[in-house]
Amino acid sequence: MDITLEVNGETRHLSIDPRVTLLDALRERLGITGPKKGCDRGQCGACTVHVDGRPVLACLTLAATVREPVRTVEGLAADGRPHPVQQAFAEQDALQCGFCTSGQVMSAVAAVEQEVADVREFMSGNLCRCAAYPNIVAAVEQARSTKESADARV
Amino acid sequence: MDFLAPTSWAEALECKAAHPDAVAIAGGTDVMVELNFDHRRPPALLDLNRVPELADWALDDGRVRLGAGVPYVRVISELGHLLPGLAMAARTVGSPQIRNRGTVGGNLGAASPAGDSHPALLAAFASVEIGSVRGTREVPVAEFFTGVKRSVLEPDELISAVLVTPPSGPQQFSKIGTRNAMVIAVSAFGFALHPDTRTVGTGIGSAAPTPRPAPEAAAFLAGELEAAGLWSSRGALPATLATEFGRRVRDAAAPIDDVRGSAAYRSHALSVMARRTATWAWDAYRDENRSAA
Amino acid sequence: MTSTETRMAGRLGDSPLRPDGTLKVTGEFAYSSDLWHDDMVWGVTLRSPHPSARIRAIDLTDALRVPGVSAILTAKDVPGENAVGLEHLDTPALADGVVRYQGEPVALVAADHPETARRAAARIVVDYEVLPAVTDPRTALDPDTPWVHADHDNLVRDLRIRRGDPSPTAPVVVSLDFEVGMQDQAFLGPESGLAVPDGEGGVDLYVATQWLHVDQGQVCRVLGLPPEQVRLTLAGVGGAFGGREDLSMHVHACLLALHTGKPVKMSYARDESFFGHVHRHPAWLRYEFGARETGELVYAKADILFDGGAYASSTPAVVGNGGTLGLGPYRIPNVHVDARGVYTNNPTCGAMRGFGCVQAAFAHEALMDELADRIGMDRVEIRALNGMVEGDLTITGQVVDSAAPVAELIRTVRDLPLPAEPAGERDIRELPGGASNTTHGEGVRRGIGYAVTYKNVGFSEGFDDYSTARVRLEVVGGEPVATVHTAAAEVGQGLITIEQQICRTELGVEQVVVHPKDTTVGSGGSTSASRQTYVTGGAVKAACEAVRASVLRRASEALGRAELRLDGEKIVAAGGEVVASLAEVLTDPVEETVEWRHRPTYPIDPETGQGNAHVQYAFSAHRAVVDVDVELGLVKVVALDTAQDVGRALNPDAVVGQIQGGSAQGMGLALMEEIVVQDGIVKNPSFTDYLIPTILDMPPMQVKVLEYADPHAPYGVRGVGEPPTISSGPAVAAAIRAATGKPLRRVPVRPEHITF
Repeated sequence: MDITLEVNGETRHLSIDPRVTLLDALRERLGITGPKKGCDRGQCGACTVHVDGRPVLACLTLAATVREPVRTVEGLAADGRPHPVQQAFAEQDALQCGFCTSGQVMSAVAAVEQEVADVREFMSGNLCRCAAYPNIVAAVEQARSTKESADARV
Repeated sequence: MDFLAPTSWAEALECKAAHPDAVAIAGGTDVMVELNFDHRRPPALLDLNRVPELADWALDDGRVRLGAGVPYVRVISELGHLLPGLAMAARTVGSPQIRNRGTVGGNLGAASPAGDSHPALLAAFASVEIGSVRGTREVPVAEFFTGVKRSVLEPDELISAVLVTPPSGPQQFSKIGTRNAMVIAVSAFGFALHPDTRTVGTGIGSAAPTPRPAPEAAAFLAGELEAAGLWSSRGALPATLATEFGRRVRDAAAPIDDVRGSAAYRSHALSVMARRTATWAWDAYRDENRSAA
Repeated sequence: MTSTETRMAGRLGDSPLRPDGTLKVTGEFAYSSDLWHDDMVWGVTLRSPHPSARIRAIDLTDALRVPGVSAILTAKDVPGENAVGLEHLDTPALADGVVRYQGEPVALVAADHPETARRAAARIVVDYEVLPAVTDPRTALDPDTPWVHADHDNLVRDLRIRRGDPSPTAPVVVSLDFEVGMQDQAFLGPESGLAVPDGEGGVDLYVATQWLHVDQGQVCRVLGLPPEQVRLTLAGVGGAFGGREDLSMHVHACLLALHTGKPVKMSYARDESFFGHVHRHPAWLRYEFGARETGELVYAKADILFDGGAYASSTPAVVGNGGTLGLGPYRIPNVHVDARGVYTNNPTCGAMRGFGCVQAAFAHEALMDELADRIGMDRVEIRALNGMVEGDLTITGQVVDSAAPVAELIRTVRDLPLPAEPAGERDIRELPGGASNTTHGEGVRRGIGYAVTYKNVGFSEGFDDYSTARVRLEVVGGEPVATVHTAAAEVGQGLITIEQQICRTELGVEQVVVHPKDTTVGSGGSTSASRQTYVTGGAVKAACEAVRASVLRRASEALGRAELRLDGEKIVAAGGEVVASLAEVLTDPVEETVEWRHRPTYPIDPETGQGNAHVQYAFSAHRAVVDVDVELGLVKVVALDTAQDVGRALNPDAVVGQIQGGSAQGMGLALMEEIVVQDGIVKNPSFTDYLIPTILDMPPMQVKVLEYADPHAPYGVRGVGEPPTISSGPAVAAAIRAATGKPLRRVPVRPEHITF
C-alpha cells in the first residue's frame, strides 16, 4: 500500500506492506537510522520517536496508521546546531555505548517540553544497559534550566 | 494483506462485517508484538485511529463513556476523579511511550489475563459497549472474557467504548512486578467500594486464565460491613475482616506457575494486595466523612 | 576560561567529552545494525529447537524455491575447518550432524529481504533425532551421564588450590551452599554486521565486537583463508559486557558473502540475541570458613561448580578466576578449593563483566556476614580485620605487590552518610513496588548490607597479553596532529577518549585523531578483564614515547643541538630556550608502532594451584541500603554506595560512569536478572521477561574513588570496569537478608524467596 509520512518536516511517500512498523519504515525504507531496534516489543525504548509531539515506540506503531508528523533524533537540530537536550547529553556524558541515546534524547525532549514533574518516571521507558542513568537525569536537568533561562529571556 | 482505514464508526462496522477476520488496531501496543513476531498473520488490518467516535470520553446518562481509542495518558490526566481505579491501573501500564498510544479498548480486545485495565474495570462494575452492523450490545466486563486471550466478541464486532458509573466510593489498584517500572503484572488486584449500593467490587489479574472478579469475597466483605453497621458508622475496618477478605480473594484465583512467578506466590500476593487495598479504600471512605463533616 | 587552560584541556586527569559523543546524541553514529550497502542481501540463521539432537538430514528443497533466496548454507558448505572457540576449538560454525543446545546455528539463508530469508529458513526441513539432554550440571560428571561431546568427557576444567594445613581445624566454623542464576549481558544493540566480498576471494567484515584479531583468526580458520584476505573493521558497538567476546554472526555473514558474491547484512532480533551469545555461568557454591574466636580466618574450603553449557567458550578462564579469587580479598593461611566447569546441553556460558568472581562473591560475602554474626563481631570490622594489605599472599601464594586497601574501602563505605530514615507519609514511588501501589508503608523494613571484593585485571595464567599501538605525528594545515591507531574495541567505556588523552599528554598536541579500529594494525587484545586502559593505554603511551624520541632525534639532527625536549608544541633546549616549534621539525610525518606487554603471569601448579597467576588486582566495596516489603517480597534499593581503588583516574568522570554502570549490573543480578532454563530450554528470551534495571531502579550512589597508584602499571592505573559488578550484588543480597532475616542463598532473590 502507498502511504505518506511527514518525517522531520519532510513529506515522504512510500509503498509498504501494511504490516510494516514505523521503525522499519524509517530505518529500512527512509534510511533514518537514529531510532534503534533493541527489542521489537516495546520493552527498551531505543526506538522512541515523536508522533504529533508525543514520544511513542516506533516498533509498536504501524507505519500505515501514522498520519501525524513524526520527529526523530535526526530532526532535533536547528540551524546546524544540536538541540539543547542533545547538547546536554553530550556535556553531561549521559551515555556510554550510546545505543539507547536516540530514544533517551527523544523522551528527554518531551520531558523538557512538557515540563514534567518527575523526570525519572517519565524516562522509565528507556532502558540503558550501561546504566548512565545518573548522568541522564543530570542532562535533563541541564536542558531544563537552559530552557528556563531561555524562557525567562523571552 | 488488506489495510482498512475507516473514517467513521459506521464505516468501521461495515469493514468488520465484510472482513470478519480483520484484526482491529488502535494504538497497536498489544497487536504489534504479535505481528512483529509473526505470531499472527491476519489477512487484514482494521485501523481504528481515524474513527472520531472512539477518540473521546464523555459523561452520558450518568455514566462515563470512555471511547475505545482514548489512550492511557488521557485516562491518567483527565479521568483520575471519575475512574480512579482505572487511572491508577493506567499509570502502571508499560512505559510512558506505551501509555501515549495504548488504549483501554485495545487492552480489552487483546483480552490478556495480564491486562492492567481489567482488574480496575471489574472492580468498578464496568461494561463493554460492543458494536456491529447488527446493532449495539453491552456486556459486563465480568462476562466479557471467555478464555486466555479470548472474549465474547463475535467476528463482526468491535469494541466501541467502556461504560462506567462514576464511583460512589474510593477505588484502589495494586500490581506486583519485580522492578519499579515497565513490568507485566505477576498478579494484580482492583478494589472498589460502592457505598451507594453497599457493595464491594473486586478484580483479579494475572492469576487465572481470564481476569475475573472475586464475587464471593466481595459479597462476604460487603455483608460483614453491613452486619457490623460499618457502612453507616464508618468505623475502622477490623484487621481480621480485611485478612479474611484477602484469604477469600486468594481462593477465587486459579494461578499457574510461570517464569514471572509461582502460583503459590501469586495467590499469596493477591491475599496481601486484597487486604491492603480494602484497608486503604476503607480508610479513604472514613476520611471522606471526616472531611465532609 | 583562559587560553592556557584551553590548551591543557583533554589531558590525563581531565574528563574531556568523548569524541564520539556528538555523533551518538545526534543519531548519526553508525552502529553495526545501521550499516547498509546498496547491493546487500540479508542473512538469517536457522537454529536448533532442541538442546540435544542428532541431525539425520536437512532438506532444503522447499526453502530454495522461495523467490528472492540467493543461498542456503549448512555445515557441508564450510570451506575450512568447522571449529571456533576462544580457548578450545570445540564449537562448530554450523552444526555438523549434532546439536548441543537450543539455538545452535544449523543453516544460513541469504535473501533479498530479511522477511524472505526468514520465510525460507522456516521451510528448511531438519530431521532431528532428539537425544537425552544433559541439563543438570551437578550430575554432569556422574559416570552414567552421557557425554555432551563424543570425544571428551563433561569436564571442561578442574582447578584445585591446596595451601597450608590439609586438615585444618578452627574453633568457629561456618558453612553454606549458594546458587547463582544465569545472567545475560543484555547489551542493547543486538549482534549485527556487514560482510562485503572483495571480488578476489577475500572479505571485509564490519562488526560490533570486543576483540577484532581473535575474531579474525577464527573467521580465517572456518573460511580457510589467510588473514590478509579477512579484514575486520569495528562497527559501532551497542554495549558488550563480555557478550561479544565469542563469535556470533561473524563467520556466517562471511560465508554467505563469499558464497553469493554480495554484501551480506545480518542483524539479530532480541529473541535471537538471547541465543546468539554466551551468558554468565550459573554457579553452585559450597563454602566453609574456619576462624578464631577473635575473627581471624584460619581456613577456607570451597567447592565451586560452573555450568559451561554446550561449548567451552571462556569456561576455563572463568574457572580460573573462580578458583584463584573465589575466596575474596582476605588473608587465609589454609585453603582447599575445588572449582570445576562442566559441559551440559544448556546455553553456552562465557564472558560477562567480573566473571568467576561475581558468582563467588555472593558466597564468600554471605559467609563473612555469617561468621561475624556467629562471633558477635561487626560485619564491617571482620572484613577489615581479614582484608588483604599490600605484601600479603593470595591463596595461590602470590605476593600482592601494590595497594590492597580492603579495610579502608569497607570502612569508607560504612562511614558515608546514610539515607534518611523513612518518616511520615511517603510518596509511593519511593517505596518497594513504586507506582504499582503495592504498599503505603505496610510490611516495609530497611536493611543494610556490605560487601568487598577483588578482581584480577588483564589476562592471567601465562597468557601473552599485549596490545599494539601505532601513533603518527604530522603537520596538517600548519598544526601538529597526532593520529592514534589501535585495534582495541571501543564499546562505550571511553577507550578512545583515553587514547586521545594519552597522546595529548605525551606529545603535547591538541589535535588527536582516533583512527578507525581495524585489523590493519596489530592486535589490541580484548576489551575485557578491565584491561584496555592498562594494556592499550600502555601501548599508546609507549608508542607516543617512541614518536617523541624520533621527533627529538630529528630535531637534534636538524638543529644540531642535543638534550632537547618537547614542551607543548615547542621544542625546548636544556636551558628552557625554545628552539623550534613542533610543526617546524615535522617536515615529514613520524610514525611508530609498538607492541606492549604487561608483566608476565604464570600458569598455576595443577596439583596445588600455587603460582603468580595474575598481574594486578582491583578492589572495591559496596554498601547497599534496601527497603523490603517483607509481605510481598518486593525490594527497593534506597542507596548503593561504593568505594573503589582505581590506581589513578585518568578520566575521573569515565571512572565514575563505569562504577555506576557496573554496580547497576551487579544489582540486577541480585534482584531480577535471570535467564530461566528448564530442561535445556530458555523460558524468557525477551525483554518482557528478562528484566534489567530501569532508571527508577537505579538508586542514588555515592562514589568514593581512591587513587593508590600501582607502580607496575602505566600511570599507576588499575582496572575499573569489573569490580563494581562484583561487590554490588552481594551487598544488595546482604541488605535484603538484613531486612528480612531470611537466609537467601540464591540470586536473583525472587519475591517468593522472601515471602515463603
